[in-house]
Amino acid sequence: MSTATSCSDKTGRLDRSRELARRVRLGALSMVHKAGASHIGTCLSMSDLLACLYSFGMKVDPAKPADAGRDRFVLSKGHGAAGVYAVLAESGFFPRDWLETYCADGGKLAGHITHHGVPGVDFSSGSLGHGLSVAAGMALAAKRDGAAWKAFCLLSDGECDEGSIWEAVLFAPHHQLDNLVVLVDFNKIQSFGTVKEVLDLDPFADKWRAFNWGVREIDGHDHEQIAGALDALPFVKGRPSVIIAHTVKGKGVSFMENKLLWHYRSPDAGQLAQAKSELEVRA
Amino acid sequence: MRTAFIKALCKVAAENPRVMLLTGDLGFSVLEEFAALFPDRYVNVGVAEQNLTGVAAGLASCGKICLTYSIANFPTLRCLEQIRNDVCYHKANVKVVSVGAGFAYGSQGYTHHGIEDLSIMRSLPGMTVIAPADPAEADLATRAMIAQPGPGFLRLGKAGETVLHKSPVEFVIGKAIKVREGRDLTLISTGSMLRIALEVADSLAKREISARVLSMHTVKPLDEEAVRAACRETRGILTLEEHSLTGGLGSAVADVVATMNGARARFAKWGVPDMLHHRVGSQKYMLEVCGDPLAAALRLLEE
Repeated sequence: MSTATSCSDKTGRLDRSRELARRVRLGALSMVHKAGASHIGTCLSMSDLLACLYSFGMKVDPAKPADAGRDRFVLSKGHGAAGVYAVLAESGFFPRDWLETYCADGGKLAGHITHHGVPGVDFSSGSLGHGLSVAAGMALAAKRDGAAWKAFCLLSDGECDEGSIWEAVLFAPHHQLDNLVVLVDFNKIQSFGTVKEVLDLDPFADKWRAFNWGVREIDGHDHEQIAGALDALPFVKGRPSVIIAHTVKGKGVSFMENKLLWHYRSPDAGQLAQAKSELEVRA
Repeated sequence: MRTAFIKALCKVAAENPRVMLLTGDLGFSVLEEFAALFPDRYVNVGVAEQNLTGVAAGLASCGKICLTYSIANFPTLRCLEQIRNDVCYHKANVKVVSVGAGFAYGSQGYTHHGIEDLSIMRSLPGMTVIAPADPAEADLATRAMIAQPGPGFLRLGKAGETVLHKSPVEFVIGKAIKVREGRDLTLISTGSMLRIALEVADSLAKREISARVLSMHTVKPLDEEAVRAACRETRGILTLEEHSLTGGLGSAVADVVATMNGARARFAKWGVPDMLHHRVGSQKYMLEVCGDPLAAALRLLEE
């Protein structure tokens, strides 16, 4: 890595997470290219969050993916599956060559995240607005069992249009689930345009505060800020925490950044080569 | 039935610490006993059925056996996709319990008529669908459903139903209970329609027609062998359900009958016709509007 080890990163964990994020981006790009699949923009916007979670933010062990004491992770924005499969493969949960089977006939790795036969995936999703309730149920199980693990849930901004999200947002603080952590990949673009155009979420952080969550807003690509937030959990004792991560859709590939088109389009061979070269330069 | 349910649940929960009960803020004067006995295993999630089901799936993924409780269509249709994706996709140990099946809330209007749930729930993969006939079956169904891993739907009546089984019955999921033997006709009922099936059988007996009566408490997986036997051994099958004629017990039985080769019984369905949704009235009134089941049975033999 060219990035110097920062003074707050004496163990070099941020160097490792930045390198992991780079590899997640490369992996996801190759997967969607080969499969001719959509949703690369969302995978790129959440790569840094995933890399920090899997390199130091969560207590998970690829050798014991079903360990009862592990932290749970629910990808509620199931269309970001390629990013999660890539981070799991890079972290050793399953062989990297599985990634070649993404969306393939008879393959294990569905286009929307699937748990079946995939070590490290705690829950399947794909229809938006489901994951937060499930993660809240997991967090409640830990509380009722007196267990110390946490439940993490990654939401998209667009899925916060779903009423079911706000049912769960209301539920978690009432039950003092301070072992529940939500990360919102707030990349400001949803299916038909910007969040502002389609259905404005602002004032977004205030909404979570009003529902009694501990709230922190960060740059979702700055590993120091992500680490700072993850280190500070829970933000308020007795309350669930939300990290509103301001991100850029398509982050890391110049021609994909902030482009709605890359919610749908799959990179061709030339575009894949250019994207890879941009990410190699940063290595 | 709801009283038999909660009593059975309390007994099971006393023996199995994994059992939890979640409600969508309904069950006043029913669930208090469980809440008092097991405060750590009772959650009222509020009026939020999608969250009710999602939270249950999350708990189940951590080893809990969760019952989600509400009335009529609220724990089924309001959160159908959560049941499909979060429960069935994951083979989660979540049992959906609905009180007020059919026209139990008949006077409350169409929103409270639970008349499509059997059809919809039985189409979900791996979903066990049980509609007990009386408090005795409700007690046994509750225990059996909790003992069996995976998704389940328990469709209960309301309160005050009479016990129809005069002696202790053997309750096995997927196995019909032969309540009465008969050689001319078979009446197959699910849920509390067993009471009417027995009345029809009594009326037929006065006309010297011998009717077999099967309590088909499990709509999925269906006791196909009992249907085939009825098809071979009697001249007609009439299904009776407090449910839409589309996709419920009658349709499930028809699937079996239609695939039988050779000589077989005639077949008819009795249930709720389409487009009844502007009618309101007591359960008794609503069932009368659906038609006369005795006449349906007699027609089947005349044809």
